[in-house]
Amino acid sequence: MAASFLFSQFMGGLTTAMFLFLIASGLSLVFGIMRVINFAHGSFYMLGAYLAWQGVQWFHPTGAGFWAASLFAACAVGALGAVVERLFFRSLYGRDELYQLLFTYALVLILGDAAKYLWGTDQLSVSTPPILTGSVQIFGATEPLYNLFITVLGPLIAFGGWLVLNRSGVGRLVRAAQMDREMLDALGANVGTIYTGMFVFSSFLAGLSGALVTPIQSIVPGMDVLIIVQAFIVVVIGGMGSFWGTFWGSVIYGEVLSFGILIFPGFSLFSVFALMAVILIVRPWGLFGRPL
Amino acid sequence: MTSETTTTDPAVAAAAAAPTGRVIGTGSSLVSRIPWTLIVFLIACSVPWVGGRYNTFLAEQIAIDALFAVSLNLLLGTTGLVSFGHVAYFGVGAYVCGILMKTYSVPFIIAFPASGLGAALFALVSGYFCVRLIKLYFAMLTLAFSQIIWAIAYKWNDVTGGDQGLPEIPFPNFDWLNHVPWLGDLKTSDQFYLLTVVLIAVSLAIIHRIVRSPFGRVLTTIRDNPERAAFIGVNVKLYQLAAFVVAGTFAGLAGALYGIFSRGVFADYVFWSKSAEVMIMTILGGMNYFWGPPIGAFALVWLNQEITDYTQYWPFFLGAILLLLLFGFPGGILGGIDQLWRRLRRARRA
Repeated sequence: MAASFLFSQFMGGLTTAMFLFLIASGLSLVFGIMRVINFAHGSFYMLGAYLAWQGVQWFHPTGAGFWAASLFAACAVGALGAVVERLFFRSLYGRDELYQLLFTYALVLILGDAAKYLWGTDQLSVSTPPILTGSVQIFGATEPLYNLFITVLGPLIAFGGWLVLNRSGVGRLVRAAQMDREMLDALGANVGTIYTGMFVFSSFLAGLSGALVTPIQSIVPGMDVLIIVQAFIVVVIGGMGSFWGTFWGSVIYGEVLSFGILIFPGFSLFSVFALMAVILIVRPWGLFGRPL
Repeated sequence: MTSETTTTDPAVAAAAAAPTGRVIGTGSSLVSRIPWTLIVFLIACSVPWVGGRYNTFLAEQIAIDALFAVSLNLLLGTTGLVSFGHVAYFGVGAYVCGILMKTYSVPFIIAFPASGLGAALFALVSGYFCVRLIKLYFAMLTLAFSQIIWAIAYKWNDVTGGDQGLPEIPFPNFDWLNHVPWLGDLKTSDQFYLLTVVLIAVSLAIIHRIVRSPFGRVLTTIRDNPERAAFIGVNVKLYQLAAFVVAGTFAGLAGALYGIFSRGVFADYVFWSKSAEVMIMTILGGMNYFWGPPIGAFALVWLNQEITDYTQYWPFFLGAILLLLLFGFPGGILGGIDQLWRRLRRARRA
């Protein structure tokens, strides 16, 4: 096998990985703090994609329209997250996990149909922003510029997130909320606001990743339930609630999928699920997470 | 069973009080003297003659969903295990039965128990790992196993038909019924419907027996307080595993019937969102009651039929129903009736 082929396979895996990281990091954040698997995270991602398409139609079908539309989509989804957290989620904290899981599933059903109602069931697509069309040659492998952009953006966001969490006052409060909610509350911090803030940020990330995926994937109904399973695997592998864990979890997922296709073609899908099961059995809190 | 329950949820706390404090089916009121199960069974049996083709179809759907949901409730309501991958065992049963009957032309009388056995074996293996985890991690691992089954069903073309599925699974052979009056003249699909109703009635009776047995009582104890159960010498994990296997077996049997009923087995049946649907049925009916899940199955199939007449947005309504349940009626339909009943009684006494 030629080295350039292996390299392009590696880069393909890395692009998948970084896309997944953008989505999964939000899922992981919410789990780390609220101990809830938010199935609706995939729906937020899907809404981000549809809203970005809508934004592009409104602002400018070409040119700078894409970036403005992406930002608009991410902010709109973040606002939706605020509404959901304040109105509903809040009253479910401390209740049985069954009710929390089912609540997020109810959102999946409602948002999925809302998207169908608003945008129909046809495939929609967004063209790549002009600055990032074209491709470059690296080690003999052809890489589209847009994929490279995502591959760089992923680690940047991971590093930024880590920086905020570990080196800032807000981050300290968030980590404290992760460890002991009641104690933090007793110390006078506004835990409710921290929770809302984290939920909004996580929704924002979901919306942003949905918007950014539109130039390379068409927007279809059902993308919500497909992506949430993938993001879920990534988070389980890396460790719920751990930023770097999610990062490495995405890399492992992307590369296993990418190289798994070479080793046993029909079964790379199987291999990632099997990997997730093995990790849950051996280390339920994931490679980089901490036991609850 | 008062303040020592570890759960904080009101619905679960209500469930803890259920065996003693429940009103439905207790006392010597007229309502409790009517043999409800027999009546429902006889009505179900009469559907092919009085109901017509479409109603028979709905009734069969309800019956199979009822068994599936009751098997889930053995984990959810009785043992307190939140399985988010119960559809895996349903799917294993459906595929085992479908593959045996279609590919190898095995008669139903062997394929049907085999599907239960297959599901039980898979439940034994996956359950062994699942019950070692608690709470959310348990839910996640069950979800992971169900997705493994989905990936196999979706990709292993030679055996499962891949994304094309296994269409045209044959009906069981009903030639022996030809000379029986009444039954011999029915269509094959109606004969299969009656067989389904009988098999499901027997299965439900067995599960009912299990839940009411000392074994079932221990499961409820584990649900209410696993630590205490362990203190009095119960091997908690072993009991949980046993419940998991029994639940998986009956889910497999339901799956086998469903594959024949819908004339095919497809990878879609095993996708994770199906696990959520059966969970909604269980909670809609009321997971603290044995007959909650069948009532939930009935309500959901009926609602689905009514609502899809008007609009294609059934999932939206399902989500709205779910929200209403979670925030308004966590006890489900039976829980709501129970509460109403109690209030009426109290009003009468006052």
